[in-house]
Amino acid sequence: MTQLFEYAPAPESRSIVDVAPSYGLFVDGEFVDGSGEPMKTVNPATEEVLSEVAVGTDADVDRAVRAARRAFTRVWGPMRPADRGKYLFRIARLLQERAREFAVLESLDNGKPIRESRDVDVPLAAAHFFYHAGWADKLEYAGHGPDPRPHGVAGQVIPWNFPLLMLAWKVAPALATGNTVVLKPAETTPLTALLFAEVCRQADLPPGVVNVVTGAGETGRAVVEHADVDKVAFTGSTEVGRSIARAVAGTRKVLTLELGGKAANIVFDDAPIDQAVEGIVRGIFFNQGHVCCAGSRLLVQENVHDEVVASLQRRIGTLRVGDPLDKNTDIGAINSAEQLARIRELSEIGEAEGAHRWQPACDLPDRGYWFPPTVFTDVSPAHRIARDEVFGPVLSVLTFRTPDEAVAKANNSTYGLSAGVWTEKGSRILAITDRLRAGVVWANTFNQFDPTSPFGGYKQSGYGREGGRQGLAAYLRSTHP
Amino acid sequence: MSERLAVRKTFKLYLGGAFPRSESGRTYAVTDHRGGFLANAAHASRKDARDAVVAARAAFGTWSRATAYNRGQVLYRVAEVMEGRHAQFCEEVAAGEGLSAGRARAAVDAAVDRWVWYAGWTDKLAAVLGSANPVAGPFFDFSLPEPTGVVAVLAPQRSSLLGLVSVLAPVLASGNTAVVVTSRERPLPAVTLGEVLATSDVPGGVVNLLTGDAAELGPWLAEHDDVDAVDLTGAPPAQAMELERLAAGSIKRVLRPPAEEPDWSADPGLSRMTPFLETKTVWHPKGV
Repeated sequence: MTQLFEYAPAPESRSIVDVAPSYGLFVDGEFVDGSGEPMKTVNPATEEVLSEVAVGTDADVDRAVRAARRAFTRVWGPMRPADRGKYLFRIARLLQERAREFAVLESLDNGKPIRESRDVDVPLAAAHFFYHAGWADKLEYAGHGPDPRPHGVAGQVIPWNFPLLMLAWKVAPALATGNTVVLKPAETTPLTALLFAEVCRQADLPPGVVNVVTGAGETGRAVVEHADVDKVAFTGSTEVGRSIARAVAGTRKVLTLELGGKAANIVFDDAPIDQAVEGIVRGIFFNQGHVCCAGSRLLVQENVHDEVVASLQRRIGTLRVGDPLDKNTDIGAINSAEQLARIRELSEIGEAEGAHRWQPACDLPDRGYWFPPTVFTDVSPAHRIARDEVFGPVLSVLTFRTPDEAVAKANNSTYGLSAGVWTEKGSRILAITDRLRAGVVWANTFNQFDPTSPFGGYKQSGYGREGGRQGLAAYLRSTHP
Repeated sequence: MSERLAVRKTFKLYLGGAFPRSESGRTYAVTDHRGGFLANAAHASRKDARDAVVAARAAFGTWSRATAYNRGQVLYRVAEVMEGRHAQFCEEVAAGEGLSAGRARAAVDAAVDRWVWYAGWTDKLAAVLGSANPVAGPFFDFSLPEPTGVVAVLAPQRSSLLGLVSVLAPVLASGNTAVVVTSRERPLPAVTLGEVLATSDVPGGVVNLLTGDAAELGPWLAEHDDVDAVDLTGAPPAQAMELERLAAGSIKRVLRPPAEEPDWSADPGLSRMTPFLETKTVWHPKGV
């Protein structure tokens, strides 16, 4: 075990955040009671109840959709595009001003390290609003026809892994293109969406343009199935995506899906091993592995397998697991007891099927939901840990000998969201990325995101793109061409 | 003088570059718009549809990785060969759709021209739909459109040639391979198009034509795990919703049917290509 320096605790203060004892729904510019039985949201690092949050029923969702429709027809649709853009710029600035508050709240509610919520989630969320703000009055240049129109009311359901960032990915393009929104945040991580609702008020965004209806699966279903929703956007599991695609079948609703993944991260023998190891760590342990595009299948060229695995294990031994609010923390808490159970179950299946489990010596806190960084070696492509999305800090290592074999193994998945390629040879990067059936390919890097860069999957990882000019298509009814 | 006895035709499927009979042995009589006998067509079965998917999947690698320049030339060649069969197409379109000679000729002209139009798109899609993304960091980051894979097409029921070309050519131009269920009542222009394709440098399996019943074959294709996308343009209206639901099982891309069969002479824009394209984004660090 690598000798770690003793770091003094460096916790971020939570005093910047006022967590209210209870929250309502945000409908038509007001916080209102929900008709459902309220739910509790907990800090997954301590199991402390943070707050009680309203649960929206069909009737609440109906109210929100009506508000969104009214706002679309009376205010947001007719508004000068430049003014719509200015509202988005305002929101971007407010997110930047309140960045620390959002980061602390996100880490409290989600369990992710403050280092990531502070340096990735919140700045990227602001960047998404900033980027899309500029599109609002330039849509005729976006390549979706000369007079592209919004769909109307967008119903959006987002996951718990990047609560604020996924909100930004959904809300910013919807608003920039002139749609209004009913957003259903994840059951376990509603708090930053509710703080965002407050930001909408602070920005004087007209009532009804953004509505936030909290709740669990039933609330999401009500949003997706509401007859007056024109566009549905979902990020989450392939299983739920499938049921949503069934639910909108035969309707006029436009649908985009960002679903699961099982990304191959391919390391050739000429790759700079130290950099590759950093990339592998970033690929699978970023956000506790709660990342749909996580590099969860490591494909290593056989002749460097032992070297890569040894170096990887040495590096993993230095990762600090623990208090998400500590600025030294690399890996925070698993988001929920349910998710922890799934990670444990799949890991046990991994061992039962004959793969070899390795975990560093690492002290985990007594309370909260924790899972140490884990590497499985001797994995075969048929093993469930090589096929199923674990959505946790669990890496499966497979080997290959030739580029053809690497491509075949990488593409041997029902998913096709992302992939990684590590090699010093430029022509090989281009040849391999050409042949990978995945929507995002990171070469000699991993898990990079930017609002100008479209993101989305092939195959059962979903359809539609988010970000960039291509991402706008989801929110526009293109006239012609 | 005794009249020459006509040679009656029994057509077969076009599948994997060959012309097999239906595995089921079934055929059905094709009549003109007044009910007069025209020919016998193969009545494709579920097994034929599955064979067609296998052929389309096998051809996908070659076709999708051919250069755009090459694909464009092959598609242009289809137009050239179609032009050579102009009279035959006119006759079949007129008989099947009940059009006057002049209107049938206009439809065939438009179909050939439509093919030429799509032939010219192969090497422009990347420039029009792709992008260099100015990300906030030291990265070279670009996005390119790529074909989604095997597309199952339920061809329009009314417009037997122009409609067929309008739904098939965009699938090919964007680099996909196709399994097409032709118009049930008016399959002959599709059969002739198969003969054109077979002699036009289009690799076997890139296009597979199933004469038969969309209502019967549609569910198998919509449900098939190795079909990446489905175009429901010619689906029976009462069945379209069920087909879309079946397609959800494997997260297929779905092009929904229009409320009614559109005016195929209108400029289609990109609307029939983009549903069958993925966007791939590639990141690489910049540094010295």
